[in-house]
Amino acid sequence: MALTDFPLTAHLKTGLNSSNFDKAVLDIANGWRSRGLWLAMGLQDIRKRYRRSVLGPFWLTISMGVMISAMGLVWGIIFNQQMDEYLPYLCAGFVMWGFISTLMIEGSTAFTTAEGMIKQLNAPLSIYVYGVVWRNFVILLHNIWILFLVQLWFDKLPGWVALMSIPAVALLALNGMWVGLLLGALSARFRDIPQIVANIVQVMFFVTPIIWQPTMMPERAIILDVNPFYYALSIVRDPLLGTAPSVEHWLVMVAITVCGWACALVVYSVYRWRLAYWV
Amino acid sequence: MASVSLTDVSVTFPIYDASNTSLKKRLLPTLTGGRIGAASAHVPVVQALEDITISIEHGDRVGLVGHNGAGKTTLLRVLAGIFEPAQGQVRISGRPVPLFDIGLGMDSEGTGYENIYLRGLFLGMPRKEISKRLDDIASFTQLGDFLHLPIRTYSTGMRMRLAFAISTSVEPDILLLDEGIGAGDAAFVEQANQRIQSFADSAGIIVLASHSEQLIRRICSTAVLMEHGRVIEFGSVDTVLERYRERSKP
Repeated sequence: MALTDFPLTAHLKTGLNSSNFDKAVLDIANGWRSRGLWLAMGLQDIRKRYRRSVLGPFWLTISMGVMISAMGLVWGIIFNQQMDEYLPYLCAGFVMWGFISTLMIEGSTAFTTAEGMIKQLNAPLSIYVYGVVWRNFVILLHNIWILFLVQLWFDKLPGWVALMSIPAVALLALNGMWVGLLLGALSARFRDIPQIVANIVQVMFFVTPIIWQPTMMPERAIILDVNPFYYALSIVRDPLLGTAPSVEHWLVMVAITVCGWACALVVYSVYRWRLAYWV
Repeated sequence: MASVSLTDVSVTFPIYDASNTSLKKRLLPTLTGGRIGAASAHVPVVQALEDITISIEHGDRVGLVGHNGAGKTTLLRVLAGIFEPAQGQVRISGRPVPLFDIGLGMDSEGTGYENIYLRGLFLGMPRKEISKRLDDIASFTQLGDFLHLPIRTYSTGMRMRLAFAISTSVEPDILLLDEGIGAGDAAFVEQANQRIQSFADSAGIIVLASHSEQLIRRICSTAVLMEHGRVIEFGSVDTVLERYRERSKP
Protein backbone atom coordinates (compact mmCIF):
# COMPACT_ATOMS: atom_id res chain seq x y z
CA MET A 1 0.00 0.00 0.00
CA ALA A 2 1.37 3.38 -0.93
CA LEU A 3 1.99 5.91 1.79
CA THR A 4 -0.26 8.38 0.05
CA ASP A 5 -3.21 6.08 0.75
CA PHE A 6 -3.17 7.57 4.21
CA PRO A 7 -4.65 11.06 4.26
CA LEU A 8 -2.33 11.95 7.10
CA THR A 9 0.83 11.15 5.18
CA ALA A 10 -0.61 12.76 2.07
CA HIS A 11 -1.02 15.92 4.13
CA LEU A 12 2.58 15.67 5.14
CA LYS A 13 3.57 15.90 1.48
CA THR A 14 1.32 18.76 0.47
CA GLY A 15 1.10 20.54 3.78
CA LEU A 16 4.79 21.08 4.30
CA ASN A 17 5.24 24.37 2.49
CA SER A 18 6.80 27.64 3.46
CA SER A 19 3.49 29.39 4.13
CA ASN A 20 2.41 26.74 6.65
CA PHE A 21 5.85 26.77 8.18
CA ASP A 22 5.76 30.55 8.60
CA LYS A 23 2.34 30.34 10.20
CA ALA A 24 3.55 27.69 12.63
CA VAL A 25 6.57 29.75 13.62
CA LEU A 26 4.37 32.83 13.94
CA ASP A 27 1.99 30.87 16.15
CA ILE A 28 4.86 29.91 18.45
CA ALA A 29 6.21 33.48 18.50
CA ASN A 30 2.77 34.97 19.16
CA GLY A 31 2.25 32.38 21.87
CA TRP A 32 5.31 33.77 23.58
CA ARG A 33 3.96 37.30 23.20
CA SER A 34 0.69 36.25 24.85
CA ARG A 35 2.59 35.14 27.93
CA GLY A 36 0.42 37.36 30.14
CA LEU A 37 -2.39 34.93 29.46
CA TRP A 38 -0.66 31.59 30.03
CA LEU A 39 1.35 32.84 32.98
CA ALA A 40 -1.92 33.75 34.68
CA MET A 41 -3.66 30.56 33.51
CA GLY A 42 -0.86 28.34 34.84
CA LEU A 43 -0.84 29.95 38.27
CA GLN A 44 -4.62 29.83 38.38
CA ASP A 45 -4.52 26.10 37.63
CA ILE A 46 -2.24 25.44 40.57
CA ARG A 47 -4.10 27.76 42.92
CA LYS A 48 -7.40 26.18 41.96
CA ARG A 49 -6.17 22.77 43.07
CA TYR A 50 -5.30 23.93 46.56
CA ARG A 51 -7.81 26.71 47.08
CA ARG A 52 -9.30 26.74 50.60
CA SER A 53 -6.78 24.25 51.93
CA VAL A 54 -4.84 25.76 54.82
CA LEU A 55 -1.40 25.10 53.37
CA GLY A 56 -2.32 25.80 49.74
CA PRO A 57 0.23 24.94 47.05
CA PHE A 58 2.64 24.10 49.88
CA TRP A 59 0.94 20.69 49.74
CA LEU A 60 2.95 20.07 46.59
CA THR A 61 6.10 20.31 48.66
CA ILE A 62 4.72 18.19 51.49
CA SER A 63 3.46 15.38 49.23
CA MET A 64 6.81 15.20 47.54
CA GLY A 65 8.58 15.18 50.90
CA VAL A 66 6.45 12.34 52.25
CA MET A 67 6.94 10.32 49.07
CA ILE A 68 10.69 10.74 49.09
CA SER A 69 11.14 9.94 52.77
CA ALA A 70 9.17 6.72 52.38
CA MET A 71 10.93 5.68 49.18
CA GLY A 72 14.31 6.68 50.55
CA LEU A 73 13.94 4.50 53.60
CA VAL A 74 12.66 1.46 51.71
CA TRP A 75 15.05 1.56 48.77
CA GLY A 76 17.98 2.68 50.89
CA ILE A 77 17.62 -0.45 53.00
CA ILE A 78 16.97 -2.75 50.03
CA PHE A 79 20.01 -1.46 48.15
CA ASN A 80 21.99 -1.28 51.37
CA GLN A 81 22.98 2.35 50.79
CA GLN A 82 24.49 5.03 52.99
CA MET A 83 21.54 7.28 53.76
CA ASP A 84 23.53 10.51 53.65
CA GLU A 85 24.58 9.72 50.08
CA TYR A 86 21.50 7.96 48.86
CA LEU A 87 18.71 10.21 50.10
CA PRO A 88 19.95 13.42 48.36
CA TYR A 89 20.59 11.37 45.21
CA LEU A 90 17.10 9.86 45.24
CA CYS A 91 15.56 13.21 46.08
CA ALA A 92 17.26 15.11 43.25
CA GLY A 93 16.43 12.34 40.79
CA PHE A 94 12.84 12.02 41.89
CA VAL A 95 12.08 15.74 41.88
CA MET A 96 13.58 16.23 38.42
CA TRP A 97 11.93 13.07 37.14
CA GLY A 98 8.63 14.55 38.27
CA PHE A 99 9.33 17.57 36.08
CA ILE A 100 10.43 15.58 33.04
CA SER A 101 7.68 12.95 33.20
CA THR A 102 4.80 15.39 33.67
CA LEU A 103 6.11 17.47 30.78
CA MET A 104 5.79 14.34 28.64
CA ILE A 105 2.41 13.22 29.96
CA GLU A 106 0.72 16.61 30.16
CA GLY A 107 2.41 17.76 26.96
CA SER A 108 0.75 14.95 25.07
CA THR A 109 -2.68 16.12 26.25
CA ALA A 110 -1.93 19.84 25.97
CA PHE A 111 -4.43 20.43 23.16
CA THR A 112 -7.08 17.82 23.98
CA THR A 113 -7.58 19.12 27.52
CA ALA A 114 -7.88 22.68 26.19
CA GLU A 115 -10.67 21.73 23.79
CA GLY A 116 -13.20 24.16 25.25
CA MET A 117 -10.84 27.08 24.99
CA ILE A 118 -9.49 26.23 21.55
CA LYS A 119 -13.00 26.46 20.11
CA GLN A 120 -13.81 29.75 21.81
CA LEU A 121 -10.58 31.66 21.78
CA ASN A 122 -8.59 32.83 18.78
CA ALA A 123 -5.32 32.82 20.68
CA PRO A 124 -2.22 31.14 19.20
CA LEU A 125 -2.49 27.41 19.88
CA SER A 126 1.03 27.24 21.25
CA ILE A 127 -0.13 28.98 24.46
CA TYR A 128 -1.53 25.67 25.70
CA VAL A 129 1.91 24.08 25.42
CA TYR A 130 3.61 27.06 27.04
CA GLY A 131 1.02 26.73 29.78
CA VAL A 132 1.94 23.10 30.46
CA VAL A 133 5.66 23.90 30.64
CA TRP A 134 5.09 26.94 32.85
CA ARG A 135 2.76 25.13 35.25
CA ASN A 136 5.25 22.31 35.71
CA PHE A 137 8.09 24.74 36.19
CA VAL A 138 6.17 26.37 39.06
CA ILE A 139 5.54 22.94 40.57
CA LEU A 140 9.27 22.20 40.26
CA LEU A 141 10.03 25.40 42.16
CA HIS A 142 7.86 24.08 44.99
CA ASN A 143 9.44 20.64 45.03
CA ILE A 144 13.09 21.61 44.75
CA TRP A 145 13.09 22.86 48.36
CA ILE A 146 12.80 19.28 49.58
CA LEU A 147 16.18 18.58 48.04
CA PHE A 148 17.81 21.55 49.76
CA LEU A 149 16.26 20.54 53.07
CA VAL A 150 17.56 17.00 52.71
CA GLN A 151 21.01 18.27 51.76
CA LEU A 152 21.01 20.67 54.67
CA TRP A 153 20.05 17.86 57.03
CA PHE A 154 22.93 15.64 55.89
CA ASP A 155 25.26 18.60 55.53
CA LYS A 156 25.73 17.87 51.82
CA LEU A 157 24.95 21.24 50.25
CA PRO A 158 26.21 21.24 46.65
CA GLY A 159 27.82 24.70 46.48
CA TRP A 160 27.90 27.07 43.54
CA VAL A 161 28.08 24.32 40.97
CA ALA A 162 24.38 23.78 41.62
CA LEU A 163 23.73 26.93 39.60
CA MET A 164 24.69 24.95 36.51
CA SER A 165 21.39 23.17 36.86
CA ILE A 166 19.59 26.39 35.87
CA PRO A 167 20.56 26.31 32.17
CA ALA A 168 19.87 22.57 32.29
CA VAL A 169 16.31 23.17 33.50
CA ALA A 170 15.92 25.77 30.76
CA LEU A 171 17.02 23.19 28.20
CA LEU A 172 14.56 20.67 29.62
CA ALA A 173 11.78 23.27 29.36
CA LEU A 174 12.76 23.83 25.73
CA ASN A 175 12.42 20.09 25.22
CA GLY A 176 9.08 20.16 26.98
CA MET A 177 7.95 22.65 24.35
CA TRP A 178 8.71 20.43 21.38
CA VAL A 179 7.32 17.37 23.08
CA GLY A 180 4.09 19.25 23.72
CA LEU A 181 3.82 20.61 20.19
CA LEU A 182 4.63 17.26 18.59
CA LEU A 183 2.83 14.78 20.84
CA GLY A 184 0.06 17.22 21.66
CA ALA A 185 -0.78 17.67 17.99
CA LEU A 186 -0.60 13.96 17.17
CA SER A 187 -2.61 13.03 20.26
CA ALA A 188 -5.41 15.32 19.18
CA ARG A 189 -5.81 13.06 16.17
CA PHE A 190 -4.91 9.71 17.71
CA ARG A 191 -6.27 9.45 21.21
CA ASP A 192 -4.19 6.37 22.03
CA ILE A 193 -0.96 8.31 22.08
CA PRO A 194 -1.32 9.76 25.62
CA GLN A 195 -1.82 6.21 26.91
CA ILE A 196 1.27 5.03 25.06
CA VAL A 197 3.27 7.96 26.42
CA ALA A 198 2.08 7.28 29.97
CA ASN A 199 3.21 3.67 29.67
CA ILE A 200 6.59 4.58 28.24
CA VAL A 201 7.16 7.11 31.01
CA GLN A 202 6.25 4.54 33.64
CA VAL A 203 8.72 1.99 32.27
CA MET A 204 11.41 4.64 31.91
CA PHE A 205 11.10 5.45 35.61
CA PHE A 206 12.57 2.05 36.39
CA VAL A 207 15.00 1.89 33.48
CA THR A 208 16.50 5.31 34.19
CA PRO A 209 18.82 5.58 37.19
CA ILE A 210 16.57 7.36 39.68
CA ILE A 211 16.16 4.89 42.50
CA TRP A 212 19.36 3.04 41.55
CA GLN A 213 22.74 4.47 40.63
CA PRO A 214 24.64 3.93 37.38
CA THR A 215 27.55 2.55 39.39
CA MET A 216 25.33 -0.35 40.50
CA MET A 217 25.39 -1.61 36.91
CA PRO A 218 27.97 -4.35 36.35
CA GLU A 219 29.44 -2.53 33.36
CA ARG A 220 28.50 0.42 31.24
CA ALA A 221 25.18 -0.74 29.99
CA ILE A 222 23.36 -0.04 26.79
CA ILE A 223 20.31 0.71 28.89
CA LEU A 224 22.01 3.99 29.82
CA ASP A 225 23.67 4.86 26.53
CA VAL A 226 20.49 4.82 24.45
CA ASN A 227 18.23 6.26 27.11
CA PRO A 228 17.50 9.94 26.38
CA PHE A 229 15.97 10.31 29.85
CA TYR A 230 19.30 9.40 31.39
CA TYR A 231 20.97 12.36 29.67
CA ALA A 232 18.09 14.68 30.48
CA LEU A 233 18.23 13.72 34.12
CA SER A 234 21.99 13.72 34.56
CA ILE A 235 22.66 17.21 33.17
CA VAL A 236 20.43 18.66 35.85
CA ARG A 237 20.97 16.18 38.69
CA ASP A 238 24.76 16.19 38.66
CA PRO A 239 25.16 19.90 39.45
CA LEU A 240 22.38 19.67 42.05
CA LEU A 241 24.47 17.03 43.80
CA GLY A 242 27.64 19.07 43.59
CA THR A 243 29.41 17.65 40.54
CA ALA A 244 29.87 19.48 37.25
CA PRO A 245 27.71 17.97 34.51
CA SER A 246 29.45 15.98 31.81
CA VAL A 247 30.04 17.84 28.56
CA GLU A 248 29.17 14.72 26.63
CA HIS A 249 25.75 14.53 28.26
CA TRP A 250 25.11 18.18 27.50
CA LEU A 251 26.02 17.68 23.85
CA VAL A 252 23.70 14.71 23.54
CA MET A 253 20.90 16.70 25.12
CA VAL A 254 21.47 19.66 22.79
CA ALA A 255 21.35 17.26 19.84
CA ILE A 256 18.08 15.78 21.12
CA THR A 257 16.65 19.28 21.48
CA VAL A 258 17.57 20.25 17.93
CA CYS A 259 16.23 17.04 16.37
CA GLY A 260 13.10 17.17 18.49
CA TRP A 261 12.36 20.74 17.50
CA ALA A 262 12.91 19.90 13.84
CA CYS A 263 10.36 17.05 14.03
CA ALA A 264 7.95 19.16 16.04
CA LEU A 265 8.15 22.05 13.57
CA VAL A 266 7.41 19.74 10.65
CA VAL A 267 4.40 18.18 12.37
CA TYR A 268 3.18 21.49 13.76
CA SER A 269 3.48 23.19 10.36
CA VAL A 270 1.43 20.53 8.66
CA TYR A 271 -1.22 19.80 11.27
CA ARG A 272 -1.52 23.02 13.31
CA TRP A 273 -4.53 24.28 11.39
CA ARG A 274 -6.30 20.94 11.78
CA LEU A 275 -6.08 21.00 15.57
CA ALA A 276 -9.27 23.02 16.05
CA TYR A 277 -11.11 20.36 14.04
CA TRP A 278 -9.53 17.43 15.85
CA VAL A 279 -9.99 18.35 19.48
CA MET B 1 -9.48 49.86 9.11
CA ALA B 2 -11.01 46.50 9.77
CA SER B 3 -12.20 44.34 6.94
CA VAL B 4 -12.98 40.70 6.31
CA SER B 5 -13.33 38.85 3.07
CA LEU B 6 -14.05 35.22 2.43
CA THR B 7 -13.69 33.67 -1.00
CA ASP B 8 -15.17 30.23 -1.77
CA VAL B 9 -14.68 29.08 1.78
CA SER B 10 -15.65 25.50 2.59
CA VAL B 11 -15.31 23.86 5.95
CA THR B 12 -15.71 20.15 6.55
CA PHE B 13 -15.46 18.32 9.82
CA PRO B 14 -14.01 14.87 9.84
CA ILE B 15 -15.91 12.60 12.23
CA TYR B 16 -13.42 10.44 14.01
CA ASP B 17 -15.18 8.10 16.33
CA ALA B 18 -13.28 5.71 18.54
CA SER B 19 -12.65 3.32 15.67
CA ASN B 20 -11.15 6.05 13.54
CA THR B 21 -9.10 7.92 16.09
CA SER B 22 -7.30 4.83 17.24
CA LEU B 23 -3.79 4.12 16.06
CA LYS B 24 -4.60 0.44 15.87
CA LYS B 25 -6.93 0.97 12.96
CA ARG B 26 -4.27 3.02 11.21
CA LEU B 27 -1.40 0.65 11.80
CA LEU B 28 -3.05 -2.72 11.46
CA PRO B 29 -3.79 -2.47 7.76
CA THR B 30 -0.14 -1.81 6.97
CA LEU B 31 1.01 -4.53 9.29
CA THR B 32 -1.29 -7.16 7.92
CA GLY B 33 -0.79 -6.06 4.36
CA GLY B 34 -4.42 -5.41 3.57
CA ARG B 35 -7.12 -3.00 4.50
CA ILE B 36 -9.58 -4.04 7.16
CA GLY B 37 -12.41 -2.36 5.38
CA ALA B 38 -12.79 0.35 2.82
CA ALA B 39 -14.53 2.44 5.47
CA SER B 40 -11.39 2.72 7.56
CA ALA B 41 -9.69 4.90 4.98
CA HIS B 42 -12.72 7.06 4.39
CA VAL B 43 -13.53 9.22 7.31
CA PRO B 44 -17.12 10.45 7.24
CA VAL B 45 -17.28 14.21 7.05
CA VAL B 46 -19.85 16.86 7.82
CA GLN B 47 -19.99 19.71 5.39
CA ALA B 48 -20.44 22.69 7.70
CA LEU B 49 -19.81 25.52 5.24
CA GLU B 50 -19.91 25.41 1.49
CA ASP B 51 -18.59 27.99 -0.98
CA ILE B 52 -19.05 31.00 1.23
CA THR B 53 -18.08 34.27 -0.43
CA ILE B 54 -18.76 37.44 1.50
CA SER B 55 -16.90 40.61 2.18
CA ILE B 56 -17.47 42.82 5.15
CA GLU B 57 -16.12 46.36 5.31
CA HIS B 58 -15.31 48.70 8.15
CA GLY B 59 -18.49 50.00 9.75
CA ASP B 60 -20.66 47.05 8.73
CA ARG B 61 -22.97 45.47 11.27
CA VAL B 62 -23.92 42.07 9.98
CA GLY B 63 -26.58 39.81 11.43
CA LEU B 64 -26.42 36.05 10.79
CA VAL B 65 -29.74 34.28 10.70
CA GLY B 66 -30.64 30.68 9.98
CA HIS B 67 -31.89 27.52 11.61
CA ASN B 68 -29.94 25.52 14.13
CA GLY B 69 -27.08 23.80 12.37
CA ALA B 70 -27.13 26.21 9.43
CA GLY B 71 -23.47 27.01 10.02
CA LYS B 72 -23.71 30.32 11.87
CA THR B 73 -21.35 29.43 14.67
CA THR B 74 -18.91 27.75 12.33
CA LEU B 75 -18.86 30.87 10.17
CA LEU B 76 -18.17 33.00 13.24
CA ARG B 77 -15.30 30.68 14.14
CA VAL B 78 -13.87 31.04 10.66
CA LEU B 79 -14.13 34.82 10.98
CA ALA B 80 -12.36 34.62 14.33
CA GLY B 81 -9.53 32.62 12.78
CA ILE B 82 -10.24 29.60 14.99
CA PHE B 83 -11.08 27.35 12.06
CA GLU B 84 -8.80 27.68 9.08
CA PRO B 85 -10.83 26.41 6.13
CA ALA B 86 -9.64 23.49 4.04
CA GLN B 87 -10.63 25.32 0.86
CA GLY B 88 -10.95 28.96 -0.04
CA GLN B 89 -9.33 32.11 1.17
CA VAL B 90 -9.88 34.12 4.31
CA ARG B 91 -8.51 37.62 4.60
CA ILE B 92 -8.90 39.33 7.94
CA SER B 93 -7.42 42.71 8.77
CA GLY B 94 -7.91 43.94 12.29
CA ARG B 95 -8.11 41.96 15.48
CA PRO B 96 -11.22 39.80 15.85
CA VAL B 97 -12.62 39.33 19.35
CA PRO B 98 -14.98 36.36 19.62
CA LEU B 99 -17.52 36.68 22.44
CA PHE B 100 -19.22 33.30 22.35
CA ASP B 101 -19.20 32.53 26.03
CA ILE B 102 -18.82 35.69 28.06
CA GLY B 103 -17.79 33.73 31.12
CA LEU B 104 -14.90 31.91 29.42
CA GLY B 105 -11.85 31.74 31.63
CA MET B 106 -13.54 32.84 34.83
CA ASP B 107 -12.65 30.91 37.94
CA SER B 108 -15.39 30.42 40.50
CA GLU B 109 -12.90 30.26 43.37
CA GLY B 110 -11.28 33.56 42.40
CA THR B 111 -12.45 36.93 43.67
CA GLY B 112 -14.30 39.39 41.46
CA TYR B 113 -11.16 41.44 40.96
CA GLU B 114 -9.05 38.39 40.12
CA ASN B 115 -11.63 37.41 37.58
CA ILE B 116 -11.61 40.83 35.96
CA TYR B 117 -7.92 40.34 35.27
CA LEU B 118 -8.30 36.73 34.20
CA ARG B 119 -11.20 37.37 31.87
CA GLY B 120 -9.48 40.49 30.53
CA LEU B 121 -6.39 38.47 29.62
CA PHE B 122 -8.62 35.97 27.84
CA LEU B 123 -10.05 38.82 25.80
CA GLY B 124 -6.53 39.74 24.75
CA MET B 125 -6.15 42.86 26.88
CA PRO B 126 -2.72 43.50 28.35
CA ARG B 127 -2.54 43.71 32.16
CA LYS B 128 -1.85 47.45 32.09
CA GLU B 129 -4.95 48.15 30.08
CA ILE B 130 -7.08 46.09 32.45
CA SER B 131 -5.71 48.04 35.44
CA LYS B 132 -6.63 51.26 33.66
CA ARG B 133 -10.21 50.14 33.16
CA LEU B 134 -10.60 48.42 36.50
CA ASP B 135 -12.56 51.26 38.12
CA ASP B 136 -14.86 51.63 35.16
CA ILE B 137 -15.59 47.90 35.09
CA ALA B 138 -16.05 47.71 38.86
CA SER B 139 -18.48 50.61 38.96
CA PHE B 140 -20.51 49.26 36.06
CA THR B 141 -21.03 45.92 37.80
CA GLN B 142 -22.43 47.74 40.89
CA LEU B 143 -21.18 44.80 42.93
CA GLY B 144 -19.27 46.99 45.38
CA ASP B 145 -17.51 45.02 48.08
CA PHE B 146 -18.66 41.74 46.61
CA LEU B 147 -15.78 42.12 44.19
CA HIS B 148 -13.46 41.12 47.02
CA LEU B 149 -15.29 37.81 47.48
CA PRO B 150 -14.87 34.61 45.45
CA ILE B 151 -17.41 34.59 42.67
CA ARG B 152 -18.79 31.23 43.77
CA THR B 153 -20.65 33.27 46.39
CA TYR B 154 -22.37 35.29 43.65
CA SER B 155 -25.82 34.67 42.29
CA THR B 156 -26.13 33.78 38.62
CA GLY B 157 -27.24 37.32 37.84
CA MET B 158 -24.28 38.84 39.64
CA ARG B 159 -21.86 36.62 37.77
CA MET B 160 -23.54 37.64 34.55
CA ARG B 161 -23.06 41.32 35.39
CA LEU B 162 -19.40 40.80 36.07
CA ALA B 163 -18.77 38.79 32.92
CA PHE B 164 -20.77 41.27 30.89
CA ALA B 165 -18.95 44.30 32.29
CA ILE B 166 -15.53 42.88 31.51
CA SER B 167 -16.42 41.51 28.12
CA THR B 168 -17.86 44.80 26.93
CA SER B 169 -14.83 46.78 28.08
CA VAL B 170 -12.66 45.62 25.18
CA GLU B 171 -12.41 47.77 22.09
CA PRO B 172 -12.43 45.23 19.30
CA ASP B 173 -11.76 45.87 15.62
CA ILE B 174 -14.01 42.99 14.71
CA LEU B 175 -16.58 41.87 17.22
CA LEU B 176 -18.10 38.41 16.85
CA LEU B 177 -21.19 37.65 18.91
CA ASP B 178 -23.08 34.39 19.16
CA GLU B 179 -26.73 34.59 20.27
CA GLY B 180 -26.27 38.05 21.70
CA ILE B 181 -25.39 38.80 25.27
CA GLY B 182 -28.07 38.08 27.84
CA ALA B 183 -27.97 40.05 31.06
CA GLY B 184 -29.63 39.92 34.48
CA ASP B 185 -32.55 41.87 35.92
CA ALA B 186 -34.68 44.60 34.37
CA ALA B 187 -32.81 47.65 35.67
CA PHE B 188 -29.59 46.09 34.55
CA VAL B 189 -30.93 45.24 31.14
CA GLU B 190 -31.68 48.92 30.51
CA GLN B 191 -28.13 49.81 31.50
CA ALA B 192 -26.78 46.89 29.55
CA ASN B 193 -28.59 47.99 26.42
CA GLN B 194 -26.91 51.36 26.55
CA ARG B 195 -23.58 49.73 27.10
CA ILE B 196 -24.10 47.29 24.23
CA GLN B 197 -24.95 50.23 22.02
CA SER B 198 -21.80 52.19 22.86
CA PHE B 199 -19.78 48.98 22.79
CA ALA B 200 -21.20 48.21 19.36
CA ASP B 201 -20.47 51.75 18.19
CA SER B 202 -16.81 51.42 19.14
CA ALA B 203 -16.24 48.27 17.09
CA GLY B 204 -15.10 48.48 13.48
CA ILE B 205 -17.15 45.48 12.41
CA ILE B 206 -19.81 43.45 14.18
CA VAL B 207 -21.02 40.06 13.16
CA LEU B 208 -23.89 38.83 15.29
CA ALA B 209 -25.53 35.43 15.08
CA SER B 210 -28.96 35.45 16.66
CA HIS B 211 -32.47 34.10 16.54
CA SER B 212 -33.79 37.36 17.95
CA GLU B 213 -35.18 39.58 15.21
CA GLN B 214 -35.40 42.42 17.67
CA LEU B 215 -31.72 42.27 18.51
CA ILE B 216 -30.71 42.03 14.87
CA ARG B 217 -32.90 44.96 13.91
CA ARG B 218 -31.45 47.07 16.69
CA ILE B 219 -27.78 46.40 16.03
CA CYS B 220 -27.35 45.31 12.44
CA SER B 221 -27.44 47.17 9.15
CA THR B 222 -27.17 44.14 6.88
CA ALA B 223 -27.96 40.50 7.33
CA VAL B 224 -27.00 37.10 5.97
CA LEU B 225 -29.37 34.15 5.73
CA MET B 226 -27.71 30.77 5.99
CA GLU B 227 -29.06 27.34 5.28
CA HIS B 228 -27.21 24.02 5.25
CA GLY B 229 -23.86 25.75 5.32
CA ARG B 230 -24.59 28.03 2.38
CA VAL B 231 -25.35 31.70 2.14
CA ILE B 232 -28.89 31.98 0.73
CA GLU B 233 -29.33 35.71 0.94
CA PHE B 234 -27.11 38.67 1.73
CA GLY B 235 -28.71 42.10 1.92
CA SER B 236 -30.63 44.55 4.03
CA VAL B 237 -32.03 43.36 7.34
CA ASP B 238 -35.65 43.67 6.18
CA THR B 239 -35.33 41.61 3.03
CA VAL B 240 -33.27 38.91 4.70
CA LEU B 241 -35.62 38.58 7.66
CA GLU B 242 -38.56 38.51 5.24
CA ARG B 243 -36.96 35.71 3.29
CA TYR B 244 -36.09 33.85 6.49
CA ARG B 245 -39.71 33.98 7.63
CA GLU B 246 -40.85 32.79 4.22
CA ARG B 247 -38.54 29.81 4.28
CA SER B 248 -39.42 28.96 7.86
CA LYS B 249 -43.04 28.39 6.91
CA PRO B 250 -43.97 24.75 6.63
